[in-house]
Amino acid sequence: MSDGAAAAPTHVARRRSATRRRLRRLDTKLSPYLYIAPFFVLFGIFGIFPLLYTAWVSLTDRNLLAPTSSFIGLQNYSELLRDEYFWNAVVNTLGIWVLSTVPQLVLALVIAHVLNRSLRVRTFFRMSVLLPQVTSLVAVALIFTQLFGYRYGLVNYLLNQVGIENVNWEAGRLSSWIALSTMVTWRWVGYNALLYLAAMQSIPDELYEASAVDGARSWRQFIHVTVPMIRPTIIFTVIISTIGGLQLFTEPFLFQPVKSGSTGGSGRQYQTVSMYLYEKAFGGTQFDFGYAAAIAWCLFLLIAVISFVNYLLVRTIRSADA
Amino acid sequence: MGSKVSGRRQRRRIVAAALVVATVAGTGYAATTAAGKEQAQQVTLTVSLFGDFGYHDLYKQYEESHPGVTIKESIQDYAVHHSNLAKSVATGAGAADVEAIEVGFIAQFKAQPTRFVNLRQYGAGALKDRWLPWKWQQGLGSKGEIVGLGTDVGSLAICYRRDLFQKAGLPTNRTAVSKLWPTWQAFVETGKRFQAKAPKGVTFFDSGSNVYNAMIGQVNPAYYDRSGKVIVASNPKVKAAWDLTMLAIGAGESAGFAAFSNDWNTGYKKGSFATVTCPAWMMGYIQGQAPATKGKWDIALTPGTGGNWGGSYLAVPAQSKNAAAAADLVKFLTSPAAEAYVFKQTGNLPSQPALLKSKAVSGFKNPFFNNAPVGQIFATSALRLKPQVIGPQQGAIQTASSNAIQRVEQKKQTPAKSWAQFLKDVKALS
Repeated sequence: MSDGAAAAPTHVARRRSATRRRLRRLDTKLSPYLYIAPFFVLFGIFGIFPLLYTAWVSLTDRNLLAPTSSFIGLQNYSELLRDEYFWNAVVNTLGIWVLSTVPQLVLALVIAHVLNRSLRVRTFFRMSVLLPQVTSLVAVALIFTQLFGYRYGLVNYLLNQVGIENVNWEAGRLSSWIALSTMVTWRWVGYNALLYLAAMQSIPDELYEASAVDGARSWRQFIHVTVPMIRPTIIFTVIISTIGGLQLFTEPFLFQPVKSGSTGGSGRQYQTVSMYLYEKAFGGTQFDFGYAAAIAWCLFLLIAVISFVNYLLVRTIRSADA
Repeated sequence: MGSKVSGRRQRRRIVAAALVVATVAGTGYAATTAAGKEQAQQVTLTVSLFGDFGYHDLYKQYEESHPGVTIKESIQDYAVHHSNLAKSVATGAGAADVEAIEVGFIAQFKAQPTRFVNLRQYGAGALKDRWLPWKWQQGLGSKGEIVGLGTDVGSLAICYRRDLFQKAGLPTNRTAVSKLWPTWQAFVETGKRFQAKAPKGVTFFDSGSNVYNAMIGQVNPAYYDRSGKVIVASNPKVKAAWDLTMLAIGAGESAGFAAFSNDWNTGYKKGSFATVTCPAWMMGYIQGQAPATKGKWDIALTPGTGGNWGGSYLAVPAQSKNAAAAADLVKFLTSPAAEAYVFKQTGNLPSQPALLKSKAVSGFKNPFFNNAPVGQIFATSALRLKPQVIGPQQGAIQTASSNAIQRVEQKKQTPAKSWAQFLKDVKALS
């Protein structure tokens, strides 16, 4: 009797502990997924699903206002590859990207170098290079558009003072690229300078001292010590400005004298890929979503390819360091 | 460009890649329509507009005479309003009970008549004679469905600078000026006379595409024939309008500004052009841009047969849960009494002949424009215009033509090359 009475609770206890063990195992197995679930659920809804759905739409002839649409396979893509306006947009995007990224990063390096030295009111200067970042993008675009006006723009007024005729910035291909690159550079140069500055501060002083002993002056130190030491940061900024530059939209869109369309000038001289996408989807009365979706996927692939090239670059730099 | 910013940019990319999905979600202004429930007594009607239509007092009036009805208005800017409406119409959710549609978009929307309530069901067919025939026609679907009822029209006249005309040795009196240009050819000829004696840096008109669009507006058929086929390339009248515009540009008559650009706005202040094609709403625009030019302006009739630029319709999306009540509100807001009231409030020109001929409109003078009888001038222009067949890609074709004319004005292409590219662009659209 007493044995049986004692055996029953032990049995129950054993079973209970088994359940607890199983729960604990479940806990260790499952909990991590639950912890990271919010991100992946949101990413799934706002990242993956749109991506896949866009891929699906790009295979149809869907028009936003048409009641029905049908599957047309890769027709949008084959049309797109033969579409000279698409390639024109790709060239514009790459051109503006190069024109804005190169001077921007070089300038940022120089500014960071200057800020890295012992200046008076250093924090003031360091903070003020960030000011363009906190300015509204729309305000920047509108003001620069005024500055680069043909007849009454300030830039042309200044050019007139040194005897140069008015330049129709918006109308020309190269001139519009220069105007847009100026906008992008102005906005981002301070930000990149701060990134470089942070990297420069982690360079050990001994290196500078050693190079000073070797007789290197400020400029040679910059070329032979500073730049090699912050190479990973440089690569990082190159990648980030690649991703940003290839999606350039707001600046050229607002640079247009007539904002209801999205052709990037009368001859499409500064229409970026994003703007072409917008033109097909929402610009005017087209609402050609199938085609716009195909453009979106091509832009995605373009960025993926260029990012991959950058990734290879990063790897070679690292191995050079090691 | 660090993580925070790159995150934003990345999100922008995803947004770009997912435009389609975003529209399926059809967020827009769904919240405003949720209140609309089919209840006998309590009905909330939502009205979605771009810009102020001057309806506030009319809502109050309507609510008082229809107990239980509450009206809520939401206003967005022109482009956002129409792309939101397109999204709502496409997804069947999110539209207001009453939606405004501008004439530039009406053809695209009425091509989907099933997405809108046919107002004929609610007795709007009997009201046909109220409107200008062309205004009425533009609101109809292909099978005669009444998709939208007309609110205002832009009408068209020529605003001109008296002081600049005088300097160039042209008459300044508005009747004499109107007589200078019975036709567009005469308009361009007058431009040559103006240019011969014009003050330095001043041109006859602001923008080639504004003049071209005014010419096209008087042609029927222009871009579309009756069967809905695009006939831009084969229509000799379109080519004639183009050639005349090119002639004027070649003679140095155009300032080459794009309408609504910064330079165009500054051009008003500086007096860098002597004439501008002028719908009724442009009067307010000029006053806003160049208040110091008060009294220097005057208004003459357009060459040819009247014209129009702008104006809107009110429509009830088929997804509305209060279609009957909404249709009734549309009829009320477009009634003669309402349009007359709006004209007094905002200066938006009525689209109904009886009103255009009424004293309230025809007696209206504008001191900014040298006390010109603007009501009478704009009414005459609206009454003279004949209906034109417009099609779904009207807006996109117009953008292409404006770009084509700009390319010539910016000396980037010869007229012949630019015309060829325009035709190619149009072909790609249709």
